[in-house]
Amino acid sequence: MRVSRREFLKLGGAATSAALLPLPTFAQGAAPRVVVVGGGFAGASCARALRQADPRIAVTLVEANTTFTACPFSNAVIGGLRELSAQQFTYERVAADGIAVARGTATVVDAQARSVTLADGTRLPYDRLVLAPGIDIRWGALPGYDEAAAALMPHAWRAGEQTLLLRRQLEAMPDGGLVVISAPANPFRCPPGPYERASLIAHYLKTKKPKSKLIVLDAKDAFSKQRLFQAAWAELYPGLLEWVPLSKGGNVISVAAATGTLVTDFGRHKAAVANVIPPQKAGRIAEAAGVADRSGWCPIDPVTFESKLQAGIHVIGDAAIAGAMPKSAFAANSQAKTCAAAVVRLLAGGAPSAPKLINTCYSLLAPDYGISVAGVYQPSGGQLADVPGSGGVSPTDAPRATRAAEAVLAEAWFRTITGEVFG
Amino acid sequence: MVCRILAAAIGLVSIAAAVVASAEPPAGAAACSGCHPASTRVTSPVPRLAGLDGAAIIRAMQEFRSGTRAATVMDRIAKGFTEAEVQAIAAWYATQR
Repeated sequence: MRVSRREFLKLGGAATSAALLPLPTFAQGAAPRVVVVGGGFAGASCARALRQADPRIAVTLVEANTTFTACPFSNAVIGGLRELSAQQFTYERVAADGIAVARGTATVVDAQARSVTLADGTRLPYDRLVLAPGIDIRWGALPGYDEAAAALMPHAWRAGEQTLLLRRQLEAMPDGGLVVISAPANPFRCPPGPYERASLIAHYLKTKKPKSKLIVLDAKDAFSKQRLFQAAWAELYPGLLEWVPLSKGGNVISVAAATGTLVTDFGRHKAAVANVIPPQKAGRIAEAAGVADRSGWCPIDPVTFESKLQAGIHVIGDAAIAGAMPKSAFAANSQAKTCAAAVVRLLAGGAPSAPKLINTCYSLLAPDYGISVAGVYQPSGGQLADVPGSGGVSPTDAPRATRAAEAVLAEAWFRTITGEVFG
Repeated sequence: MVCRILAAAIGLVSIAAAVVASAEPPAGAAACSGCHPASTRVTSPVPRLAGLDGAAIIRAMQEFRSGTRAATVMDRIAKGFTEAEVQAIAAWYATQR
């Protein structure tokens, strides 16, 4: 077969634009546009990291709220140890970096036309889209638990008004009341979160309402940092806090919010205060964009965090299926910076290099008692996997001085990460 | 001519990649600032890494890994990095301010 010079050029041209210069935006002099949806630890970190890496990139951050309320340490608010204002941050510094903060809710993503549309009709075209929508509650997954029920049995799993509601209910409860926490099956936001919350509620009860009792009904038989939590509970809150695993009837199968009742396979519990941490999924826009799979979460490439379902869309933070990485604020921040570096490379027509990510999560079991889990991750077999031999939890036999030191480090971590993301 | 266009295109790509690479932190380095403050405005018992002597970072990571330096989380994290990765991270932080 003979190929004419013109046809050869055409073929060559096609191959060049597809394989060598997928997006030569920089070369043409047009500013590449990146839209980031969601202004939490993942999204705000990513927007700032993009801007810092290359100020030529036009970055738009789409966020519905004017104030961000952080989940880490919100259990201390519930336990009366901290005020909600200490959890709240604005986007002023983010905007001061030259990032366009678009106030609104993204409702439509057109992956072919490469545009995002907000609820008010604003259309934002992009060269690359980063979705960091966090979680949504899977309303209806637990019979009886809908948005009206959450006003009586708060989930407090997205910090803000729900956090304060749960705190007020605990404050209003007479001494001798029964508090019940329902913990979901994996995966969910903040794996040690329900158990830190149980600890700090137990601390509140022990200090203020010592005749009360706390039961944790769990849909699992094992949980994050379990041995450390259980050893501390035996030491700090004996007789006050009871954990009921799946195999002992812990799985809550329905609730009746009006009567404060939680029903399990084995019986029913009538709570004075009930905190239902319900099943979750990726934030709504993930489904609308077609990046969530049947699990409700978003499969991603472990090098670039680009969706495995839609080209040009990256997913970071709690919404992503990040292999061994937990759904934590630290992980979200670490993923955001990795994703930003990959996006910059891709926009320049380069190939992203294999990343290495870290997670560190502290939990407070009492104001002066902290524990941690840490991990290092790298792409392996198409997933983010633990680096063999690394990571793990605080030692089980550590002295109280170490627990006190980790409680101090926990607070320092919060100041540092919120300083980087919002300061 | 096609060859020349292709060669020019490849050249452009590798220049772009090189420019990006020079400014970019090596694998793992960006994650450190989750705990080690990047900003001087944050007060923390955890040291800033920017501007630290590279050899000091390498030595600290070796001691965290071997268990000869007291640690809370850094012993667990240091075991996740190879000597070459630590050297690259240390060299990068030494140039930061």
